[in-house]
Amino acid sequence: MKHAKTATQNACKLCNPLGACLAFRGIENCVPFLHGSQGCATYIRRYLISHYKEPIDIASSNFHEESAVFGGSHNLQVGLKNVTEQYKPDVIGIATTCLTETIGDDVPLILRDYKKAHKNGSPMPIMIHASTPSYQGSHIDGFHAAVRATVKTLAEKGEEQNLINLFPNMVSPADLRYLKEIFREFEVPCMMLPDYSQTMDGGPWGEYHRIPPGGTPASAIVNAGSARASIEFGSTLEASKSAAGYLQEEFDVPRYQLSLPIGIKESDKFFSLLETLTGKKRAEKYEDERRRLIDAYADGHKYIFEKKVILYGEEDLVVAMTAFLSEIGMTPVLCASGGKSGLLKKRIMELVPNMEELGIKVREGVDFVDIEDEAKVLQPDFLIGNSKGYTMSRKNNIPMLRLGFPIHDRFGGQRMHHLGYRGTQELFDRIVNTVIEERQNASSIGYTYM
Amino acid sequence: MEANIHFPDPSKVREELIQKYPTKVAKKRSKSIIVNDPDLIPEVQANVRTVPGIITQRGCSYAGCKGVVLGPTRDIVNIVHGPIGCSFYAWLTRRNQTRPETLEDANYIPYCFSTDMQEENVVFGGEKKLKVAIQEAYDLFHPKSIAIFSTCPVGLIGDDVHAASKEMREKFGDCNVFGFSCEGYRGVSQSAGHHIANNGVFKHMVGRNNTPNEGKFKINLLGEYNIGGDAFEIERIFEKVGLTLISSFSGNSTVGQIENAHIADLNVILCHRSINYMGDMMETKYGIPWMKVNFVGADSSAKSLRKIAEYFGDEELKARVEEVIAEEMPRVKAIIEEILPRTTGKTAMLFVGGSRAHHYQDLFTELGMTTVAAGYEFAHRDDYEGRDVLPKIKVDADSKNIEELKVVPDPELYNPRKTEAELAELKEKGLEINGYSGMMKQMTKKSLVVDDLSHYESEKLIEIYKPDIFCAGIKEKYVVQKMGVPLKQLHSYDYGGPYTGFVGATNFYKDIDRMVNNPVWKLIKAPWEKAGNGKSGGIEASYVTQ
Repeated sequence: MKHAKTATQNACKLCNPLGACLAFRGIENCVPFLHGSQGCATYIRRYLISHYKEPIDIASSNFHEESAVFGGSHNLQVGLKNVTEQYKPDVIGIATTCLTETIGDDVPLILRDYKKAHKNGSPMPIMIHASTPSYQGSHIDGFHAAVRATVKTLAEKGEEQNLINLFPNMVSPADLRYLKEIFREFEVPCMMLPDYSQTMDGGPWGEYHRIPPGGTPASAIVNAGSARASIEFGSTLEASKSAAGYLQEEFDVPRYQLSLPIGIKESDKFFSLLETLTGKKRAEKYEDERRRLIDAYADGHKYIFEKKVILYGEEDLVVAMTAFLSEIGMTPVLCASGGKSGLLKKRIMELVPNMEELGIKVREGVDFVDIEDEAKVLQPDFLIGNSKGYTMSRKNNIPMLRLGFPIHDRFGGQRMHHLGYRGTQELFDRIVNTVIEERQNASSIGYTYM
Repeated sequence: MEANIHFPDPSKVREELIQKYPTKVAKKRSKSIIVNDPDLIPEVQANVRTVPGIITQRGCSYAGCKGVVLGPTRDIVNIVHGPIGCSFYAWLTRRNQTRPETLEDANYIPYCFSTDMQEENVVFGGEKKLKVAIQEAYDLFHPKSIAIFSTCPVGLIGDDVHAASKEMREKFGDCNVFGFSCEGYRGVSQSAGHHIANNGVFKHMVGRNNTPNEGKFKINLLGEYNIGGDAFEIERIFEKVGLTLISSFSGNSTVGQIENAHIADLNVILCHRSINYMGDMMETKYGIPWMKVNFVGADSSAKSLRKIAEYFGDEELKARVEEVIAEEMPRVKAIIEEILPRTTGKTAMLFVGGSRAHHYQDLFTELGMTTVAAGYEFAHRDDYEGRDVLPKIKVDADSKNIEELKVVPDPELYNPRKTEAELAELKEKGLEINGYSGMMKQMTKKSLVVDDLSHYESEKLIEIYKPDIFCAGIKEKYVVQKMGVPLKQLHSYDYGGPYTGFVGATNFYKDIDRMVNNPVWKLIKAPWEKAGNGKSGGIEASYVTQ
């Protein structure tokens, strides 16, 4: 059934401020703060928590009727004071909501007033303001807006130093840990933003924490303006909206934009870039990882070759996964996203030039009803994407591999590793096992040996 | 059981909670942190605004209206008018279950409809898009009902969801379309949304279908949302006892049932906070009395059944109720007796909801556990102190903004189910009709009651009491567990349930046993263990009021 739709049913995207809160969570000793109704903070907290299984405090200016009518300056200022007194944060990351953007609150002005009024008080945290109206874009736009706003607030020009900025996009804490390890191996200082590898996937608390430990310190972000280069993952991320784009324009820090390094080819590009920038060879262990991955491709190809997949999620993830699946002989018959950058097809074409010949279809700005309609025609062997595809998977009896955000019907979403050779390995094993499990379940004999 | 617990002196705990606050805040919070006395119930400040910048667990008006009250009815298409987030976040997150009678019967609960408002809609108005969305939903499903929920920007840009709904309702003729002004900034918490939802459901749904029902004991179940299948267990018991369930507000319900609700002879209320308005309005308009019951806990379920039988005053029903209780209890007893030695003497804290913090104390009592502190997230004074305080509650600006419907007896349908004399007689027998005596009356003298518990206070309470289990929601879960204390989610039940009735009670006993006696907690060293014996580690409080 085809629906000519104006409304959205079963959305394949979340709202702008959610991404900003997650990104702010990757700054050390930072409290995310939503300027709007308290419901936004509550909903976004419960949603992030359901994926990461970690506490996340998000403050709010708790709008009421009169603040909605007369403006939220007072509430924002009271809120900032309370967060400052209670959490003693280094940074408060303020993101707006549809409410405050609609009434047109001038947040920079309110922040100036606040700083003026409290200049003699307790130490003033750094205030970062990201404009994230929920009626524009999706959660991924809020994520990038917060990262860019952070760099814009903090980065300073300085003498070029042996430092590389890394803007990793909305990847998992496991991915972030791996990226940090790679930079350590290359022995090159890295300013990675955001870094929620610990704040969103940490241990029990042997002592009290107002804010969980971990994250990129503000003092390190200051140096972003004097780095040798910025590496930015995400092929649909435009320079005008990105942190690396800002640093290039403002401080002439060269911006290297890569797709998320999933698969051999894209991981190669990442490692080669690191080799070029540092003048060092990658450590032998990465060669090993790469060899094992290729070996696994060879061993596993018999299970997965020519399998048809429907992929959905954030656009950058979809582009990267399309490149990877094409590399292993699987066909993403539909690459779908709730995002709408206008670049999705173009970027896939760049990485998979024969996409049309392979039968790869691309659609942006879709919801799960659109995807399901496509699935009925395309008859995929399985789905790859976040938990929200489960209803469609169950209804149409299509197996599903969980990937991306949100994953709230499986355990360990925060520890799923996708990037680089090792992450791809984990992903590849999961894909192969999804297919094997399906074949095993479908077999009338019940093979125990596949 | 109580004798085994060494309570800290509650007045000292209260002092310790308040002492780190600045004077103004201490004054404000001291009114919401109360040492209980069930014989002389003290006043609790509740349903007042959370101070900006203080992390609250409270939600918004939209969450209460769409998420809680309207969400569980399976054949209403709920369209959220606003940007995408609000609809997405309320998409199946409450674990409401429903059971359509046939495969063909409508069930829109798995769907998430949104007008997905874009910038141009904010600038030029979103009514046109809303009407197209309503038309689409109608063309696609031909539902009996479509409900529209306003999110924050809607009221501000001047979209009139009520006019749009009316226009479409008249256009369709066979589909009841109605709107809710439940913008997130209205009221103090989700509680405002409950009231708005009650008004809308009462105005637009109840009383539209006069189909008679031959059932002898016709009741409505109010304030039960079928989380984890709770309603299924209650339905099972009702059927066994011989009660005819006309409608449920709103777990496992349909539009048709709710429209027919006014033919019932009794409303039983579970969650007083979210649905008491409905009980009152139906009593005024149709003459149906309401009675507070609790089906959380095996003993409480038995007690509630007896109360219902007493209300109807039918000897056969009373006898049947006793038979059912006698049939159900042996299984419950067998299970609890096996578990009791492992749970007796342990302590619990409950900070949740507008009624759950009260109801679940019964289950902990059955487990031999003591509730040392409890409080609600979004309740009002009457939920703590009982409805006797209602006339004394000050109406503030936030409550004034929520419409109070003017309800009068229906000229045709008003029919008092009980005469004044009969009601007086029931009261004589100890039945509380149209009343609720609140949580505090049931709590022990030394327990602590805290409304809208702050983050700081919860950590402090855990540190002082070191409870064996903490009951709240997903937002609190992982921070409490980081301190080595298991947290049971009582909004969504983690993945569990049902917890109502006799089967539910045994599910809960087993779940709590698994949680409090789990070996993993031994691996976690709590902060206070490091900080020294019961002494505060590093958490201090300070904040400013408005």
